[in-house]
Amino acid sequence: MTDTEGTAPGAAISRDEVAHLARLSRLALTEAELDEFAGQLDSILGHVKAVSEVDTTAIDPTANPLAVTNVTRPDVVVPGLGQDGALDQAPSSEQGRFAVPRILGEEQ
Amino acid sequence: MTDLIRLTAADLAERIRSREVSSEEVTRAHLDRIDQVDGTLHSFLHVAHDAALDAARAVDASLAAGNEPASPLAGVPLALKDVFTTTDMPTTAGSKILEGWRSPYDATVTTALRAAGIPLLGKTNMDEFAMGSSTENSAYGPTLNPWDTTRVPGGSGGGSAAALASFEAPLAIGTDTGGSIRQPAAVTGTVGCKPTYGGVSRYGLIACASSLDQGGPCGRTVLDTALLHQVIAGHDPRDSTSLQAAVPDVVAAARAGASGDLRGVRVGVVKELHSDAYQPGVLSSFDAAVEVLTSLGAEVVEVSCPSFDHALASYYLILPSEVSSNLARFDAMRYGLRVGDDGTHSAEQVMAMTRAAGFGPEVKRRIMIGTYALSAGYYDAYYGQALKVRTLIARDFDAAYEKVDVLVSPTTPSTAFPLGEKVDDPIAMYLYDLCTLPTNLAGHPAMSVPSGLADGLPVGLQIMAPALADDRLYRVGAAYEAARGEFPHPSGV
Repeated sequence: MTDTEGTAPGAAISRDEVAHLARLSRLALTEAELDEFAGQLDSILGHVKAVSEVDTTAIDPTANPLAVTNVTRPDVVVPGLGQDGALDQAPSSEQGRFAVPRILGEEQ
Repeated sequence: MTDLIRLTAADLAERIRSREVSSEEVTRAHLDRIDQVDGTLHSFLHVAHDAALDAARAVDASLAAGNEPASPLAGVPLALKDVFTTTDMPTTAGSKILEGWRSPYDATVTTALRAAGIPLLGKTNMDEFAMGSSTENSAYGPTLNPWDTTRVPGGSGGGSAAALASFEAPLAIGTDTGGSIRQPAAVTGTVGCKPTYGGVSRYGLIACASSLDQGGPCGRTVLDTALLHQVIAGHDPRDSTSLQAAVPDVVAAARAGASGDLRGVRVGVVKELHSDAYQPGVLSSFDAAVEVLTSLGAEVVEVSCPSFDHALASYYLILPSEVSSNLARFDAMRYGLRVGDDGTHSAEQVMAMTRAAGFGPEVKRRIMIGTYALSAGYYDAYYGQALKVRTLIARDFDAAYEKVDVLVSPTTPSTAFPLGEKVDDPIAMYLYDLCTLPTNLAGHPAMSVPSGLADGLPVGLQIMAPALADDRLYRVGAAYEAARGEFPHPSGV
């Protein structure tokens, strides 16, 4: 994500970077979608970038509004979905397992 | 015969309990209303005629057998936002990627509603995965505002709000990640409450942004909303962020508030949520509402929360970051849509083709923004910084609540906008939630109560309270509502 080639002057993000984000996000976007999203993402990032100007010296981040720590429950077996329940909505299944397209031999 | 669909949920529950009317009659009246108007409004994605009537008849049979009602709302039907899982109805979250999907389990909220004897009329329309402010991002087409069918009903919970405003349902459930309960309530002239984060279980609520999402009650009156709040709130061991604390007695607070006495209550008007850029009619309605609160004995002061000016930027980094992570589960492998599995494509290609076909534009934008904000090299500057700003916003709230008991603002900067006006302009759409975002970032409860009309369209008064003090919303909301008097109904449908 350091490739800023093609970024218009003053722009927050280039079309090439948007295409890269789409790949990372597993979204097979069309060229037309990339054209549209590039401008919109640039506009959105241009706005949200304002957070970097806020003085947050010595401020801790808040990831969860409740100050909860680890929540545990007793280690007791309870009924779950079961194999049939888990596979019921699968796009494809075989011999009690999820059937998926090939995962080996892919281009990297 | 009494027009059953015009009655409050509290009134209906009383009549059903005393067997003056049956739950079946009440449920059928609402199903008839849905059949009559929903072809135009499109509040519902699924209507469960038979299941709702079966549930109603079960309530009637139980009462006829002399049993106590299962809850104070037993027999009163409800519209459920299509983001809560249901085993007997489809759950789409407004997305094509879940079209036809049937959940193998009920959400905890769904279970609580069933146990309370509340017949489920169906599932309501919403922006896809609750991302949007107008319900136009639903993959199944928009919902129209019953007040003016050329305008949006707000979002993401526009279906639930429109169902209430058009008398298709006396009660509804919404979810509020950045205003998706309160903002639709405001623009449809209905009541909506976002409880304290963790107050209502998120188990079976399809996640948008987990640290912000909160299910909550919607109604046409503050008391109805309180009765529903009490049914769905409470600890759930299946949700690790569920509060262990006791549920505040919001029903007692609503009943107490209805007496109209606010002496001793300190109300803060948030300076940063009152701008000349807001619609003049919204500001005048808000200012008049503040005068009403003063006349009821409340002590009103102005408070400043300077970090709220950064809420939008912080929210639109935190939310997409969580979205990009949460929506990774839609991978075409275990459930939901699968596209391109013809033997020529790899799993990764099928994943990318499915997500491109199954997600709409706003969901894609937010996934990519989140992926960007979480990327190495940007993480500290964006996501990390947004989380620190979130701390500053919470501190502003804490400082304000040292001086006042509740905060108030307009719920939205303007009344309902025309369909199509903002749909291609994400920033304009985001700005519509300006007033509602800070409470989500802080995890606090907030409510919208109708405060009047501006140019014939509803305006909402937002009331905010500290975490765990949800009851204050109901006390102040009910007092205001009683002083305001009967709110007009839309004449359009």
